[in-house]
Amino acid sequence: MYRDRKEWADLEPVPQDDGPNPVVKIAYSDKFTDVYDYFRALLKNDEKSDRALLLTAEAIELNAANYTVWHYRRVLLQALEKDLREEMRYITAIIEDQPKNYQVWHHRRMVVEWLNDPSEELEFIAEILSQDAKNYHAWQHRQWVIKEYKLWDSELEYVEQLLEEDVRNNSAWNQRHYIISHTTGYSDPAILNREVQYSLKQIKKAPHNESVWNYLKGILQDLGLSSHPGLLEQILELKETHCSPYLLGFLVDIYEDFLENTLEHHEEVLSKALELCELLAREKDTIRREYWSYVGRSLQTKYGSTSNRLIWIHSH
Amino acid sequence: MTEPTLLRDQHYQYLKKGLRHLSDAYECLDASRPWLCYWILHSLELLEEPVPTAIASDVCKFLARCQSPTGGFAGGPCQAAHLAPTYAAVNALCIIGTQEAYNIIDREKLLSFLFSVKQPDGSFVMHIGGEVDVRSTYCAASVASLTNIMTPTLFQDTPTWIVSCQNWEGGLGGVPGLEAHGGYTFCGMAAMVILGKEHMLDLKSLLRWVASRQMRYEGGFQGRCNKLVDGCYSFWQAGLLPLLHRALFKGGDSTLSLQKWMFEQQALQEYILLCCQNPAGGLLDKPGKSRDFYHTCYCLSGLSVAQHFGNMDLHHELIVGREENRLAPSHPVYNICPEKVAQAIQHFHQLPVPVPAQKEGEAPNRLS
Repeated sequence: MYRDRKEWADLEPVPQDDGPNPVVKIAYSDKFTDVYDYFRALLKNDEKSDRALLLTAEAIELNAANYTVWHYRRVLLQALEKDLREEMRYITAIIEDQPKNYQVWHHRRMVVEWLNDPSEELEFIAEILSQDAKNYHAWQHRQWVIKEYKLWDSELEYVEQLLEEDVRNNSAWNQRHYIISHTTGYSDPAILNREVQYSLKQIKKAPHNESVWNYLKGILQDLGLSSHPGLLEQILELKETHCSPYLLGFLVDIYEDFLENTLEHHEEVLSKALELCELLAREKDTIRREYWSYVGRSLQTKYGSTSNRLIWIHSH
Repeated sequence: MTEPTLLRDQHYQYLKKGLRHLSDAYECLDASRPWLCYWILHSLELLEEPVPTAIASDVCKFLARCQSPTGGFAGGPCQAAHLAPTYAAVNALCIIGTQEAYNIIDREKLLSFLFSVKQPDGSFVMHIGGEVDVRSTYCAASVASLTNIMTPTLFQDTPTWIVSCQNWEGGLGGVPGLEAHGGYTFCGMAAMVILGKEHMLDLKSLLRWVASRQMRYEGGFQGRCNKLVDGCYSFWQAGLLPLLHRALFKGGDSTLSLQKWMFEQQALQEYILLCCQNPAGGLLDKPGKSRDFYHTCYCLSGLSVAQHFGNMDLHHELIVGREENRLAPSHPVYNICPEKVAQAIQHFHQLPVPVPAQKEGEAPNRLS
């Protein structure tokens, strides 16, 4: 205990003052109380010393979410001109132990910035992602490192590896979109087509994977789903062997885009779209019944002929 | 088959105890104690259990000790101010709703705290020397609107920044580029509603994204595509539908339902009641997980959303199980009871907006 250490005898611990009738009072362990009583003392005196730095590590171990302690640690690191390589080793170990904490990742980012050295980052983050491929903080840190230090080159390859391991990893699909949007973009027809083909390939492998359907829509919607030649036909073909509520929803989207951008065949296309909304609401995606009914009503209102509109809406 | 029952008494005992005492398992929340106050007080108000005057006053005094001398609230006494406990503290004080509670908030200092964390690109860091993400915009907008300290420049460029968080999936990520996520999407949307800029978002794709987050087998919501269900998303995700409904209605949509939100309300209630209750009190993520006050708050908040459609003028209830399962309605933006929102706004609007002593970006705030 710090209270028993000779080297700390000069410092008067500061007990936490919750007031006379505390609320949400935590039954801190003896160790916790001891460490934080001394942390508060350091803060009060604005002490900048090596012993203070050591104490912050103990305080962090007891509660890694205490952002006040982390801030103070950073102040100390700067003031004492500590070896930041050593700090990288420290923060690496802490993150391995507690990868789902905001403060640890922010601290690592600060150290990387101070060192201006991202060289360990992609490998480190990949290691964390190998334990939890969807860790949100890890992906956030990864996107920051890549953008800040322009480390785009090998990332698409990394994403493909992750998708090989789990084609349902939505974080990986998001990263795919991130990389391509920030490098080649999707306006080049060769790139867009490559991505469409990649997506269709993944759909055939795992038809009930919502991520890939969302990705396909995501990359085509700016240009318009109905503008991609042959896509509707390909989807209608897939409908026979690889049907899913996602495929049906995608068809609704294609038809809607058609209605938005073309003037012919409105009644026919609208009728197909409404039929699908009805099918989804009633049978294929009933958990979203209210949503699909709304979509149907909206389409009818926007594209239906006035006479049919009122009758249709009141029956749905 | 027995009807699903909300274990009111058990939850009440769990909450009542927690408001005073927490085990050392809560050491990890030692920098989030205003959150504990809010989660517990909000749960109690949803259960329509009154908070004894003495405890309410003690909460006020405690939160006063969490207020930073430079403005805003911290996770505990003598800690640094942070937007998340600031949001929680202000909400907790508004739930209490007494003059004592309102008077705790130093509005001038709060405004200067908000300016001190404001970034040139419209975003906010969570605390001095801290990280940026969309939660901060919601926390800032929530407290600023409730306490009437919004100035013309405080949220300059914030709506544009929030819009940049909407991605190819239709939902919002924590920062631009990230995967769409229920918690962040709620924060972004609710902030936009407060700022009156919800129409800058692509509401249609947002609606499609959130509607798709309800799990067809479990009935509850997932936080992200292809991840597991979690009781807390009963609020973060399902809570988006009232916001979207209102936004679409404001935008002139005439095809919206007059009775139901655009998610399966019954299925969500069943998930919460049948899968998220601890028999000894408290609610949780999914079966097999431990109870905690965060999940208690957000499972109950989600249950309330699923039970109540509309607003005060147009109200339609759908209660799964006995009438005794009914919870109080909650305000979809602030997630405290609507009466408490109205009362707080009424109180603080009688006071003048403080004059900012400094403008955004003047205080050094990213260095460490």
